Amino acid sequence: MGVKDSGPAGRRSKPGEGGFLTTRFNHILGWARKFSLFHYPYVTACCGMEYMSTACAHFDLDRFGMGWTRFSPRQSDMLLVVGTITHKLAPVLKTVYDQMTEPKWVVAFGACAVSGGIYDNYAVLQGIDAIIPVDVYIPGCPPRPETVLDALLKLQEKIQKQEQDWRWKKKTGSSRS
Amino acid sequence: MEEKDRLLQKLKEEFPAAVTEAGGFPAEDVVRVEREALPRLAELLQQKPFDCAMLLDLTCVDYLQSESCLEMVYTFFSLSRNHKLRVKARLPENDLHIGTLTALWKNAEWLEREVFDMFGVRFDGHPNLRRILMYDGFEGHPLRKSYPLRRQQPRLPLKK
Repeated sequence: MGVKDSGPAGRRSKPGEGGFLTTRFNHILGWARKFSLFHYPYVTACCGMEYMSTACAHFDLDRFGMGWTRFSPRQSDMLLVVGTITHKLAPVLKTVYDQMTEPKWVVAFGACAVSGGIYDNYAVLQGIDAIIPVDVYIPGCPPRPETVLDALLKLQEKIQKQEQDWRWKKKTGSSRS
Repeated sequence: MEEKDRLLQKLKEEFPAAVTEAGGFPAEDVVRVEREALPRLAELLQQKPFDCAMLLDLTCVDYLQSESCLEMVYTFFSLSRNHKLRVKARLPENDLHIGTLTALWKNAEWLEREVFDMFGVRFDGHPNLRRILMYDGFEGHPLRKSYPLRRQQPRLPLKK
């Protein structure tokens, strides 16, 4: 803001001109949310190495506003399910998901979380979407950090475009603003 | 005669019914015994001169479809002699049980629980024989050949 050249009189003003800009509440809430993703890494298997690589300095998740790792599901927005989920473990994952506060998003990280991967047997859950909703699926066994970053950017895009929910929405009765 | 051959000979004298097979590389001799003889054999192996201080592993092989039996496989290791000895015992299909080794090697407790969980072998005298890997309410024994490859027993209701 603070545009110096106001241009000739009578011209339609540009966005930002005059020290303010107009936007939609839904849009700005999406913008704020996509750049403040606190993530909870639910790491069970070898994909964890790729998660660490992605999250740490070399590939650096922090560039995209999601560098803040929380180790409590109650403080996080994005659940990264990294690795194989067995039937024995499934109730724990469900509990963790239920403990997260709204708004929340889930990323299935790697072939095992997406579909059970190579483990098509008695023990392994064939994809976490059978027990919790998933927003982004990352293929790969394990996925490279570039793939992960691509997926997380896609998640940000999704968050930006989605219908935002907020606590006083029901009181005001408006679905868009 | 090498020392290990002399020891095998001695084992053979103690257990005339046992069948021994000369070991391949790296010095893994195999002894086949009747399952009733196993606890006594294990006790002997723990003492000198066999001196098998470690029970390296204890597992099971499913021959139910081809030969109507399960085969227990024990791998003992002597630190002082740097020598491995494998002991095998067969269990008939209609009577799947064998004596426990928990009193001799503490680690047999979990290994036997695993075999119980995966194959359904009962270990007589085991202090705490219950599933170790699968959850409560799981039916059957997943490493048996008769267990359907893709049979799942989910603990939560699944979507789709």
